[in-house]
Amino acid sequence: MTAADPAVAGATAPAWRPSPAALVPGPLVALVAILGTAWWWLPKVGLYPYLGVEVAIWMIYATGYNLLLGHSGLPSFGHGAFFGIGAYGYGLVQRHVVASLWLDLAGAVLAAALAGALVAAFVSHRRGIYYALLTIAFGQVAWFVSIKWHSVTGGEDGLLNLKRLPADLGVVAVDLNSNEALLAFVLVVLALVVLGCWRITHSRYGRALACIRQNEVRARFLGYPVWRCKASIFVISSAIAGLAGALFAMAQQSAYPNVMSLHQSGFVVMMVLIGGGLVSFWGPIVGATLFILARDLLGAYTETWLLWFGLVFIVLVLFKPEGLAGLGRDLSAWRRRRAMARADAR
Amino acid sequence: MALFEARGLHKRFGDRVVLEAIDLAFDAGTLTGIMGPNGAGKTTCFHCLTGYHRPDRGRIVFDGEDIGGLRPHEIVRRGVARSFQAINLFDADTVLDNVVVALPEVRRRVADAWGDLARDSGAQDRAAEVLARVGLAGRERARAKDLAYGERRALEIALALASGPRILFLDEPTSGLGADGTARLGELVSELKRTLTMVVIEHDMRFLFGLADTIAVIHWGQVIAGGTPRELRDNPWVARSALAEDPC
Repeated sequence: MTAADPAVAGATAPAWRPSPAALVPGPLVALVAILGTAWWWLPKVGLYPYLGVEVAIWMIYATGYNLLLGHSGLPSFGHGAFFGIGAYGYGLVQRHVVASLWLDLAGAVLAAALAGALVAAFVSHRRGIYYALLTIAFGQVAWFVSIKWHSVTGGEDGLLNLKRLPADLGVVAVDLNSNEALLAFVLVVLALVVLGCWRITHSRYGRALACIRQNEVRARFLGYPVWRCKASIFVISSAIAGLAGALFAMAQQSAYPNVMSLHQSGFVVMMVLIGGGLVSFWGPIVGATLFILARDLLGAYTETWLLWFGLVFIVLVLFKPEGLAGLGRDLSAWRRRRAMARADAR
Repeated sequence: MALFEARGLHKRFGDRVVLEAIDLAFDAGTLTGIMGPNGAGKTTCFHCLTGYHRPDRGRIVFDGEDIGGLRPHEIVRRGVARSFQAINLFDADTVLDNVVVALPEVRRRVADAWGDLARDSGAQDRAAEVLARVGLAGRERARAKDLAYGERRALEIALALASGPRILFLDEPTSGLGADGTARLGELVSELKRTLTMVVIEHDMRFLFGLADTIAVIHWGQVIAGGTPRELRDNPWVARSALAEDPC
C-alpha cells in the first residue's frame, strides 16, 4: 500500500479540472481550409501555388522542431542537418534503391531519425548552452560532409533532377508534378504531422516533456526517465525535419548542402520564436507563414529583406520573447480586464 | 532489519571529503531526524541516499536491495521520495497538474504519446485526494508559482506523497516558514508519520524533537551521536554543541 492510498478512501473530486484538448483542433481545420483553397486564391492575390507548397513544408519542419524547442525546452540549433539528411535521403533512395514515393519518403524519415538518434545519444545528458553547442557542432559536421562527400552527395551542386514521383494509392496513382497537386499532397502530410504533434503535446509523454523543460531535477525525482524522454523527442523531431526535407527535395527536385548550413538552421529557430512557439502550439505555423511571406514579398522589393526581418526578430526577442502568440495572449488578457472593468462600472 | 540502511557511506568532491563514513538505519514506520550544523554533510548525505550523488564508497540498501549507484528515477520507482531544501516544483503548471504527473500510474505510462492526460479523471481524483491530505483542497487551479510560501512547501510534499513512496525524505521542510506555517507542517508530518517511514533533516530543534522517534547527529561528515530525543538531550557532546538547546 502506498502513502497516497489512505487518502483514496476519501474519494475527493477536484474543485477544478483541466479542459481536455480538442481531438481535432479548430486552428488545424482553419489551416486546412486556407491552404486547401490556396491553389485558387493565391494567384488572385498575385502569388503562386508553389509558395503554398513551401509554406506548408516549413510549417511541418517548424511544428516538429517546436516539439523540441518550445515544448521540451531543448535548444537544438543545428536542426537543418536533419532537414538536409531527409532531402538527401529522398534523393539517394530514389536514385540508388527504388523510385517509389512512399519508400523514398520512408527512407528519408528513417535516415533523419537514425541520425537524430546518434546525435541524441550524445546530447541528451546535457542542458542549456552545452546542449545548444553540441547540436550546432553536429549540424556543422553534417553540412561539411554534404559538401565534401562528392561521390554520394554531389558536393556543392547537390543531387539534381530528382523526380516528383506519383502518389500510388493502390487504386489510383496521383501525379504530383503540378504545384497544385503537390500542395494538396503536402497539405495532407502537414495535417497529419500537426495532428500527431498536437496529440503528443497533450499526452502523458508530452506532459513529461513539459515537466522536464520546467524542472529536470524534479521530473527525475518523480521517477521519469529524463534521458530517454529527451532522446526520444529529439529523434521524433529529427524524423519530422527529415520528412519536411524530403518534401522540400520533391518540391525543388533537388537536394543541396545549403539547407544544412548554420544560417538555414537559424531560420527555423526564428520562425518558432517570432510566431511564439514558446507559449503556443500554433506559434511555429504563424512564424513559418510570416517568414516565407516576408522572404517573397519583402524580397521582391529589397535584397536586404533578411536584415529587416532580423531587426523585427531582435525587437521581439528583446521586448516580447513569447513572440506574436505572447502578444496575442496579452491582448486577450487586456480585453478581458477591460470588459470586466466596464461590467463593474455598470 | 531496517527498511533503509546506509553503511560506510563516503563521498568526496575533489580533495574535500564531505562524508567520511556514514552509517544510518531507518526502521519501517519510524520518523528519523537528522541534525547537525551547516556544512556538516546532511544534504550531501540525502543526495547520496536518494541517488542525486553517487557515493564513492559504501552500501545503500532499501528493503533488502542494494540501490547504491542506481539512478534517481530508478530509486524513486522502488518507493523512495524526497523533497528539496530549495522548493522544486513545476511552477508554470496548476497545482492539480503538478500532482497528477507525480502519480505512479501516470508515470508508468510515460510512453503513451497519444491519449490526452487531461481526460484522465481518475488521476485527477487521486491528485485531489493527495492535495486534500496536505491542506491544499480548493487550490487546484492556482499556478504553483502563485502559491504562498507555506503552500508551496505543502505542494512539494504532495508531489513526493503522490509518487507513492514507502519512505519519504524531507530536507529542511520548515525552512522559510513562520511559526504558523511550521505548526501546520508539524501537524501534517505527524499525520504522515502514521503511514510512512520518514527521514527529516531539520534545523528547528523544537520541531524535530517533538516529532522524531530517533535522531542522528551528523558533524564533519560522520554520525557523531544518535538515539531517541530524550537520549540525545542527555548526550554531553550534543549538549555542549548547543544543537539541542531548549528543544521543548
